[in-house]
Amino acid sequence: MSERRNEEQGRHRRFTRRAAMLAGGQVLLLGALAGRMYYLQVVEAEKYKLLAEDNRINIRLLPPPRGQIVDRFGTPLAVNRQNYRVLLVSEQVRDLDASFDRLDRIVALDADDRERIRGEIKRKRNFVPVTVKENLSWEQVSRIEVNAPELPGVSIDVGETRHYPYGDVLSHIVGYVAAVSEKELTGDPLLELPGFRVGKNGVEKLHDEELRGTAGTSQIEVNALGRMIKELSRQDGHPGREVVLTIDAGLQSYVHQRLANEQSASAVVMDIDNGELLALSSVPSYDPKPFNIGLSRKQWLDLVNDPLSPLSNKSIAGTYAPGSTFKMIVALAGLAGGIGADHKVYCPGHMTLGNHRFHCWKRGGHGSLDLEGAIQQSCDVWFYDVSKRVGIDRIAAMARRFGLGEPVGIDLPGERGGTMPTKAWKLANLGQHWQGGETLVNAIGQGFVLTTPLQLAVMTARIASGRAVVPHVTRGLRGAGGVELVRPEAPKLDIPEAHLDIVRAAMDAVVNSARGTARGSAIEEPGWEMAGKTGTSQVRRITKAERAAGVIKNEDLPWRRRDHGLFVAYAPVDKPRYACAVVVEHGGGGSSAAAPIAKDIMLETQRRDPLGNEPLPLVAQGAGQKA
Amino acid sequence: MSMLDEMHLRRNPSLTLGQKLWSINWGLILLIALLAGFGMAMLYSAANGSFDPWASRQAMRFLLGLSVLLVVALIDIRLWFRLAYPIYLLSLLLLVGVEVMGSIGMGAQRWIDLGIIQLQPSEVMKVALVLALARYFHGLTLQDVGRPHYLIPPVFLAFAPAALVLRQPDLGTALMLLMVSGAVFFAAGVRWWKFALVIAAVGGAVPLVWSHLHTYQQKRVLTFLDPESDPLGSGYHIMQSKIALGSGGVLGKGFLQGSQSHLNFLPEKQTDFIFTMLAEELGMVGGLMLMALFLLVFIYGFAIAMRSRNHFGRLVALGVTVNLFLYVFINIAMVTGLIPVVGVPLPLVSYGGTAMLAVLFSLGLLISVSIHRDIRIPRRGLRDEA
Repeated sequence: MSERRNEEQGRHRRFTRRAAMLAGGQVLLLGALAGRMYYLQVVEAEKYKLLAEDNRINIRLLPPPRGQIVDRFGTPLAVNRQNYRVLLVSEQVRDLDASFDRLDRIVALDADDRERIRGEIKRKRNFVPVTVKENLSWEQVSRIEVNAPELPGVSIDVGETRHYPYGDVLSHIVGYVAAVSEKELTGDPLLELPGFRVGKNGVEKLHDEELRGTAGTSQIEVNALGRMIKELSRQDGHPGREVVLTIDAGLQSYVHQRLANEQSASAVVMDIDNGELLALSSVPSYDPKPFNIGLSRKQWLDLVNDPLSPLSNKSIAGTYAPGSTFKMIVALAGLAGGIGADHKVYCPGHMTLGNHRFHCWKRGGHGSLDLEGAIQQSCDVWFYDVSKRVGIDRIAAMARRFGLGEPVGIDLPGERGGTMPTKAWKLANLGQHWQGGETLVNAIGQGFVLTTPLQLAVMTARIASGRAVVPHVTRGLRGAGGVELVRPEAPKLDIPEAHLDIVRAAMDAVVNSARGTARGSAIEEPGWEMAGKTGTSQVRRITKAERAAGVIKNEDLPWRRRDHGLFVAYAPVDKPRYACAVVVEHGGGGSSAAAPIAKDIMLETQRRDPLGNEPLPLVAQGAGQKA
Repeated sequence: MSMLDEMHLRRNPSLTLGQKLWSINWGLILLIALLAGFGMAMLYSAANGSFDPWASRQAMRFLLGLSVLLVVALIDIRLWFRLAYPIYLLSLLLLVGVEVMGSIGMGAQRWIDLGIIQLQPSEVMKVALVLALARYFHGLTLQDVGRPHYLIPPVFLAFAPAALVLRQPDLGTALMLLMVSGAVFFAAGVRWWKFALVIAAVGGAVPLVWSHLHTYQQKRVLTFLDPESDPLGSGYHIMQSKIALGSGGVLGKGFLQGSQSHLNFLPEKQTDFIFTMLAEELGMVGGLMLMALFLLVFIYGFAIAMRSRNHFGRLVALGVTVNLFLYVFINIAMVTGLIPVVGVPLPLVSYGGTAMLAVLFSLGLLISVSIHRDIRIPRRGLRDEA
């Protein structure tokens, strides 16, 4: 027992001795730490204070100049201009409101501006400058410089701003740049630079990366206030590349002005062989400049709530019933199904299917017509008859081969595909079986069929060229390593040339023969004649009662309920090169509203002949050439 | 009077809840709360004068941890004695578990996700190892300790988890496990020359192991030993940390005024480098005050260890205290540039849930040792008594 106690006491004693040693060791080590603190914070304090206050090395980004956007001949459509702007570093500002008020005396700052600036300050680190106002005049710049002492943290910076010489004429294609939103911050420090802009729409958005270029860096010594002391090293970045479009700015301006008489309309002009878009216009349009500067809430709401939707590029995003412009497709489907050009149908002004009567637009009827006559006079009954024989699914298959019913794949954001109904489509989307009468309605481009003006232009180009052309607005990129975007020649459509010729002859007759529906819009200049097709798309249903009392004329209807006028055309008729589609919203009939515009556009296109002139070379001249 | 009390306790070695609560070291708990309060103030500053996102959550964790501490402290020391080996085994299994999960998943893995918290088995092991070693040495007489073959099991107890942690790879934690074990061995009475022998053997083995390592493994070890060779990584951190400390001076730049921290020159200011931020804003005075608070905690720890009447309790208290000391020392030595950056947080002060919980758990053990200091545990274990 006592041995055990002695043993216990022994190890307790040794434990105590050794624990004391460990404790002593720990005190020594803590003492060493305290000594280290003394060394750093007292002995070397001055050195580190200097390092902290005066000697911070910063890497500053040198934003690359954004690449230009030019038309096919090199006419600038989006360029950079010098831009004086006021910046503010929030950590150097004691009272934000007081600073705003003082600045307000020189540059107007409304409540919206202040809210935006506060938001940006919250989002960014407090030593990163925030843009207060851009595009200052010289007078404003000098007044701010003079008042600098009472504006701490405020500085003037010269940067670049985007300028669009063509304004609303090209805004739907070129798009616009605007300040980077929070969602778009990818961690690329370039995007955090004050006033940096990224493409938000159109080509500016689609080719943003190529246009942006890569940032250079400059290593600088700055003091604690962020003022630069000297530059230590510099590495230049690469400027953004130039994007060359297929558009002819001159033609585009003409088309825009020609459409501007209408409330809401769109037009497409394209090369039938390679799909280059020469003009693509939608009115009303919008001015891209306010987006760059920063829209006010009111400006934005005005644009969004405008019933004519100026922000929408209707040539690629507006979907319309194609009306009679769809009849070429039905005719081709009939030809493919063995219904020849000589197939005759007697039109008494209507056709009865089951217990329902389907009317022709001409109350008295057309009498007996073949294919050419049916297209020439746009007889509905002939197409009722053919569509009943062919069926909707074969019509839809033919339509798809001509680019209808799905996006054609233009290189612009926001394209819509429209609708090309089939029996399966109706069952899947509406849960109902196809009715025989619906085939007739859709065969004259009404009912479910919806197309964009771009699709109609593509359809016309494919009829004229026999090739599966795909429309595009970008020809290529210029600048370091310039390459044309590779576009293989469009493959031949697998449609017998004889069938296409029948339809082409009929379209010729629409414009250039005595009984054609667009006779009034024929081009008289020899060699420039166009072929085309009118279309009128109803936006309302004509009731039995109304038909009995007499169909109300378009002019007597409120604008919203008038028909859309459509016209598709190609020219010259003998050796086609240009295709065109015009849609006038609620403009009335295709022959009265759309055909005259198409005529003027086709005339002007051939007068300018953009395809006949040498476009801007994409690769720098001289390389690989010998004198 | 006190003699009578003592006699009573010896005969009837179970305490009522009231007695236990009475004998909790409230002074120690006050110190712990002060340290945590210091931490929360710094977290408030790190978030530019906001309780979000760190200070408020840290406060909740501290309250949770404090209740864990109290529960652990009130549990009878004899239960901890009985549970020492099972806890150790469980921790070892968890370590093997992350090892297996790591090899299946994406490379290095140190965590087990329990949903509410992420459990880091190496943190648990630091406490479990102390318990297991204390349990083992509790059963040895001084003569036994002197016999080399009695030292083989505890060496295994220490090296097995260290080797597993090293494979993660987490050299810092592995070394901490070995250092804590060394302290327990030392306090248990192992002779000086045996330590010298082990150190010499390890030193001799280093070149041999080195030649067997892959090049990338060698490179990793070299970067660990010399972070300046990686100037954009930890070398940059240390430079910025030294600038922050040095520019703080004697009295500091003032609460919420640290330019290095608030301009984000200082990395990880809410976790590993929180001491730097404290010393930048509150100066050397603030830094030394924090160290003094820790010193008081260590003094409590050693006092509790020396006053315990059972060997198990003594060794647990000492092991836990040394472990805490190692955290504090390594963290401060690291941010002041004395040793390489190893990623060890400052206990109770740095932002982080697991470390906070593990430290408060071990402090609970320390208080349990203190409450139950007069309970005797027979050398041959508790079963003899029954």
